[in-house]
Amino acid sequence: MKVLVAVKRVVDYNVKVRAKADGSDVDLNNVKMAINPFCEIAVEEAVRLKEAGTATEVIAVSIGDKSCQEQIRTALALGADRGIQVETEGAAEPLIVAKLLKGVVEKEQPQLVILGKQSIDGDNNQTGQMLGALTNMPQGTFASEVAIDGDKLNVTREVDGGMQTLSLSLPAIVTTDLRLNEPRYASLPNIMKAKKKQLDVYSPADLGVEPKAHLTTLKVEPPAERQAGIIVESVEQLVDKLKNEAKVI
Amino acid sequence: MSTLVIAEHDNASLKPATLCAVAAAQALGADIDILVAGEACSGAGDAAAAVAGVSKVLVADNAAYAHQLAENVALLVAELGANYDNILAPDTSNGKNTLPRVAALLDVGQISDIVSVESADTFKRPIYAGNVIATVQSSDAKKVITVRSTAFDGVSAEGGSASIEAIDSAHDAGISSFVSEELAVSDRPELTAADVVISGGRGMQNGENFAMLESVADKLGAAVGASRAAVDAGFVPNDMQVGQTGKIVAPDLYIAVGISGAIQHLAGMKDSKVIVAINKDEDAPIFQVADYGLVADLFNAVPELDAAL
Ligand SMILES: Cc1cc2nc3c(=O)[nH]c(=O)nc-3n(C[C@H](O)[C@H](O)[C@H](O)COP(=O)(O)OP(=O)(O)OC[C@H]3O[C@@H](n4cnc5c(N)ncnc54)[C@H](O)[C@@H]3O)c2cc1C
Ligand SMILES: Nc1ncnc2c1ncn2[C@@H]1O[C@H](COP(=O)(O)O)[C@@H](O)[C@H]1O
Repeated sequence: MKVLVAVKRVVDYNVKVRAKADGSDVDLNNVKMAINPFCEIAVEEAVRLKEAGTATEVIAVSIGDKSCQEQIRTALALGADRGIQVETEGAAEPLIVAKLLKGVVEKEQPQLVILGKQSIDGDNNQTGQMLGALTNMPQGTFASEVAIDGDKLNVTREVDGGMQTLSLSLPAIVTTDLRLNEPRYASLPNIMKAKKKQLDVYSPADLGVEPKAHLTTLKVEPPAERQAGIIVESVEQLVDKLKNEAKVI
Repeated sequence: MSTLVIAEHDNASLKPATLCAVAAAQALGADIDILVAGEACSGAGDAAAAVAGVSKVLVADNAAYAHQLAENVALLVAELGANYDNILAPDTSNGKNTLPRVAALLDVGQISDIVSVESADTFKRPIYAGNVIATVQSSDAKKVITVRSTAFDGVSAEGGSASIEAIDSAHDAGISSFVSEELAVSDRPELTAADVVISGGRGMQNGENFAMLESVADKLGAAVGASRAAVDAGFVPNDMQVGQTGKIVAPDLYIAVGISGAIQHLAGMKDSKVIVAINKDEDAPIFQVADYGLVADLFNAVPELDAAL
């Protein structure tokens, strides 16, 4: 079974991102970039399926400018077999990413596509579901456990009220939640080996897609700042403040 | 102009998030219909018809929609959506699961998690864990939107008298099926709808110690939440996680106990009206957003608080 994993290049999760003073965009100058944490979990799951003998090949795909090859190499160092970059200028919105991924799906015919549930930059939580609609594949979103069961895939999902398990026919889409696995660290020898693995570059035209934007960001601004309040000396003072000053209890 | 709001419900009744999505729909200024898709869902349908400001309720009662399978519900919404200018869903796990599928079927770019309606095609939404608010304009004729519930005060659940229309379309994509679910049962209010939330972090040390928070919660009528670290460590179930990638809450009072205040946690609670932090580390970032901070060992402070209430 071939597994396709979508990995996105995003700002490292430790960075507190700020809007540029002119509000045109966020300021990403000299900011540390990384593989989206949910995508790292996706790669780990695919590699585990390969180690378990279920997956035969793991392909990591990223959509973006040349710099996203760095994150593809990270995925290769974690155990993916080969990489695909779809070259776009700058960040593409989820519907475009989903259309490009559909093109890759048609070329590669994977039985399973694993994505993150959410990019931590755009916080969209859309791409996997959109790819599902475009390819008519079922989806197991926010997955905390996946198990192959014959020609079906059982996915346990983190939902508002608890956990839900679905049975999906293959090929299927999975989007990862935080508890699916704990990604490994890439070893130095594997990082070296990753540099030699195959990485193909496609243009959107190669995949028959003409990227058309549906959404435009007009401006970005900082959220309303909260002022730090006071430090109380005791529980007694805290309860008094909550009762008589804030009047919330 | 007309707007279709996808109801969040449990077949018998509507969830409060639906009322917040209707509030966002009102900001769009169009006629509002609600879709209740489910099985044996007339209870939820009747409740939707009583919601203030709603014109019509569409009830699609079919086994294919029993468990809100995205593959099936998205086909239904895409079909019905042909008649609407806007399609809105709350930011619940069902809304997030289904709506992007609808958007792709309609070839529309989705706008996730809006916190305000600026005009018929322009919306504000938080990005980068809420560190930035983006103003986004859609060039699609139809708008497909999820609504951040905490940003809109829910409309009244009563006072409306919408007509009810039964929808016969049964879309069963036949590619997914429900196996089982394990839902948390609790007498406490739902995390996202509670007026008071008390959350514990890694500082709680284990799951048993959460009993201290539950005892305080019961006195305050509060829901209990947690940080990712507490969930990852297995202290409490995943549905209690508050944050960028968990639940977004904005109660009148949020009490953070043994939580450091990472960006990702703040993203889920910093719109609370009053924030209290109890932490033994006076430099913990949570104090930068707290209205009232108590630098103390939680194992002394929480029982004291419990006794004082
Ligand atoms: C992709 C991604 C998504 C994430 N999503 C979320 C999310 O949605 N929600 C979320 O919460 N996190 C999220 N995180 C994790 C986040 O970055 C932090 O790791 C997490 O919030 C830390 O939890 P914590 O504050 O409980 O633990 P810690 O940071 O370890 O803090 C524990 C605190 O407890 C205090 N303490 C310890 N003992 C005591 C005591 N006896 N008395 C008083 N205080 C005590 C300590 O001083 C410390 O400040 C995410 C991370 C990533 C990478
Ligand atoms: N530019 C991209 N390249 C590769 N994968 C992406 C890209 N954008 C989004 N994805 C995938 O879609 C998931 C969800 O992203 P989003 O819908 O933007 O929140 C990510 O975790 C990735 O797996």
